[in-house]
Amino acid sequence: MFEGLITVAYILAALCFIKALAGLSNQEKAKKGNWFGIIGMALALAATITLADTGAYVYILVAMVIGALIGIRVAMKVEMTGMPELIAALHSFVGAAAVLVGFNTFIKQTLPGAEHLTGAALNIELGEIFLGVFIGAITFTGSIIAFGKLRGIIKSKPLTLPGRNWLNLIACIVCIVLMVLFIQEGGNFTYLVIMTIISLVLGLHLIASIGGADMPVVISMLNSYSGWATAASGFMLSNDLLIVTGALVGSSGAILSFIMCKAMNRAFVSVILGGFGGEPVKTDDTDYGEYREMSAEEVAETLKQSSSVVITPGYGMAVAQAQYPVAEMTRKLRDLGVNVRFGIHPVAGRLPGHMNVLLAEAKVPYDIVLEMDEINDDFPDTDTVLVIGANDTVNPSAMEDPSSPIAGMPVLEVWKASTVITFKRSMNPGYAGVQNPLFFKENNFMCFGDAKNTIEQISNAI
Amino acid sequence: MKIGIPKESMSNETRVAATPASVVQLKKLGFDVFVESGAGEKSSFSDEAYKESGANVVDESTVWQSDVIYKVNAPDDEEIAKIKDGATLVSFISPGQNPDLVKKLSKRKINVLAMDMVPRISRAQSMDALSSMANIGGYRAVIEAAHHFGRFFTGQITAAGKVPPAKIMVIGAGVAGLAAIGAASSMGAIVRAFDTRLEVAEQIESMGGEFLKLEFEGEEDGSSSGGYAKVMSDEFIKAEMALFESQAKEVDIIITTALIPGKPAPKLITKKMVDSMKPGSVIVDMAAATGGNCEYTVTGELFVTPNKVTILGYTDLPGRLPGQASTLYSQNLVNLTKLLCKEKDGNINIDLEDVVFRNMSVINEGKVLFPPPPISVSAAPAKKAAAEAPVKKEKKERKGLKAILALVGVVLFGLAGWYSPPAFLVHFTVFVLAIVVGYYVVWNVTHALHTPLMSVTNAVSGIIVVGVLLQITAEINVISILAFIGILIATINVFGGFTVTHRMLKMFSKE
Repeated sequence: MFEGLITVAYILAALCFIKALAGLSNQEKAKKGNWFGIIGMALALAATITLADTGAYVYILVAMVIGALIGIRVAMKVEMTGMPELIAALHSFVGAAAVLVGFNTFIKQTLPGAEHLTGAALNIELGEIFLGVFIGAITFTGSIIAFGKLRGIIKSKPLTLPGRNWLNLIACIVCIVLMVLFIQEGGNFTYLVIMTIISLVLGLHLIASIGGADMPVVISMLNSYSGWATAASGFMLSNDLLIVTGALVGSSGAILSFIMCKAMNRAFVSVILGGFGGEPVKTDDTDYGEYREMSAEEVAETLKQSSSVVITPGYGMAVAQAQYPVAEMTRKLRDLGVNVRFGIHPVAGRLPGHMNVLLAEAKVPYDIVLEMDEINDDFPDTDTVLVIGANDTVNPSAMEDPSSPIAGMPVLEVWKASTVITFKRSMNPGYAGVQNPLFFKENNFMCFGDAKNTIEQISNAI
Repeated sequence: MKIGIPKESMSNETRVAATPASVVQLKKLGFDVFVESGAGEKSSFSDEAYKESGANVVDESTVWQSDVIYKVNAPDDEEIAKIKDGATLVSFISPGQNPDLVKKLSKRKINVLAMDMVPRISRAQSMDALSSMANIGGYRAVIEAAHHFGRFFTGQITAAGKVPPAKIMVIGAGVAGLAAIGAASSMGAIVRAFDTRLEVAEQIESMGGEFLKLEFEGEEDGSSSGGYAKVMSDEFIKAEMALFESQAKEVDIIITTALIPGKPAPKLITKKMVDSMKPGSVIVDMAAATGGNCEYTVTGELFVTPNKVTILGYTDLPGRLPGQASTLYSQNLVNLTKLLCKEKDGNINIDLEDVVFRNMSVINEGKVLFPPPPISVSAAPAKKAAAEAPVKKEKKERKGLKAILALVGVVLFGLAGWYSPPAFLVHFTVFVLAIVVGYYVVWNVTHALHTPLMSVTNAVSGIIVVGVLLQITAEINVISILAFIGILIATINVFGGFTVTHRMLKMFSKE
């Protein structure tokens, strides 16, 4: 009898979710947007629990209290550098939940006294269950592997089994065959279980064969999968709220993956198929010349004499936890009247927007943190560029050398500035295994050592 | 080993091959440094300053007894005779232009390294003395021009009226040309520059100049593999001259730096062009040493034409900033010494396997090694066109593939519609519309908030909890247990996602 009310609550919740995503178009509206998201969720949950006749309030309460406690605790404790792991973990939960929903729906189907569907409706229901479990299982194990790689529990090197693409293809074909059989026989538990196992393994293998620096794409892709899994559950349960939310999340993840792929100039398919960076790096005898070094004091001196400075951070800054000293240095320089800005490459870090969050954490005002496209034209007028823990995203061979593995990838054109100072641990090449000619350019100076310590020294010398 | 720094014998030479600062660095490499008394006088480095930095200040005869001699100019006959047997001489030589000098040097059993023969490869840039001198020369050319030009460089609007900015044309955008462009544009002038090598257009613009592109059919690029410009075809030169002719009428100052290695400088500015310039204009001919780019140029002199255009043919522009020139030249020598003495033990080793030393060695133990085999360097990107062609083809194939995929999709969709019950299609409509809404909403999300976007989508995908909530029942059975687990983990998502998003968004602050 409350059907109508439930539907109204669901529509409002869906609108709130859209508002939450729309709010992220700028930093000021974003906080309000998040509150909309929370209100929407509260509405949906309240409507479901109170109005739907479930009758198991105690269990629900216990499960939700435990879940809420874990969720809030983890969310409060997580370091901003650990954001990629947290997001991966949360993806795996959605995947697992989708698998559980799928199994439950199937079991309910077979219970005596259940409303029996027939004909096309049954076939569609079975197909939805099958798809939901398939996507959910891949998301679940894939996210666990992504989590492990980001944590460093699993080696970030891509796993390259012989004929890995064939293995994936065979797994998919087997699943499709199983689906046809499953539907034809009007639901057979064995097929569902076999398929679940296959797709769990497929998820493992898919992500294991993608390398560490492709993580921004992987995470966005899993984000998208988790959305599609939710939508599939919505179809199973004929619940429009789940469908709408799933579609929103699914398209959001897909767009993020697209942006990340474009930023790396790589086709989506080739990232998914994995194995990038796994090939042995060609030994390259090109004579790049000599590099020049600069000490921390000299860097401080150079910075003081500059009128405009651009800082381009990369994953190395996150690894060294150097965002606080960087922010401190930025503050000091700005007090001296130096125009300091940040240039962020879309794939810097292990998560879309990772660098922005780290800098925000260290209280760098967001209006001096610019995107690659916004700042690339300004490099010729910049006195000093500090490259902190970035390598491939500032590699000139992406533009100059058509035979380079990263050829065509849009990069930050730091070498056009008067002086470039690169902070690095050693002269080892970056993730893509390509030597960076930037380091040997006349206007580039290397500053070796741990980024955090070096920046602190510079900051003290200013 | 002993390094000797003699006083330069050429009467108008102001530079010296070592400064007190470079002496300290040479000593660190294990050498003893002997400086002739008064060597640094014209560059404002006193004997006392050399002594303080650890050099021995000695007389002429002692200096020439050193194992290594660092000089600026090539030695004269008298000096050649004074070099010790087995010693190494490093200085500017210009072996291509001075075959007699090479012959005379080869009569002695010595090693000669020519600082003007440092190959143009990136590894050797730190000792490229021609570049350091050209840089100073380019700067000084602008200063000389400003000195003889009777007006401001920068445009001004003053109480007494408006001053137009000076217009400067720089011909040849090598190191000297670029330095001149940089100096002139920072003084506020409007700078245009021309070069036969198309690859330098970007460099010109980066220094604040405007690249004068030649309207010329048949794209000719003047880069040669040696990093210098080559001789161009007749038609090209004709078009080039027409450009200079029209520019000459417009600009106030012309600075020419066009050199072709081993040949007299090309005559680019004719008498007719100079006569068409405004009175009071200035031409600085940096190629005067090899005959000059301008037909009026008198090498080494200032010349004023009948229509009052001043033409400066000075050949000692770098020497007119003696302190700076000596500092850079001596630093080039220090860098060379580092390469000569890798062990830092005060002994030099001329490794002829090293392309740098092979190129610089004019004479090795009395044997003439000039000219060296050619080395190829150029900054131009290698053959782009070849790489682009297959990409285009691939794109075409992709387009075909996309069309096929779209068609297959539509057919499948049609079939699904045919068999599906209406209830399913209603949900499907909602699904498709939600994707469209999501598409537009998410493209509007700013890049900086992509991480919060992911965490908030994590939170909202926790909505799957609604699905599980609908399945749980009061009885304890498989369904309830699975649903219990489902609720628990989906709730983690909901609360965790929103909390972490909130935490992150709170951090984003404006000043």
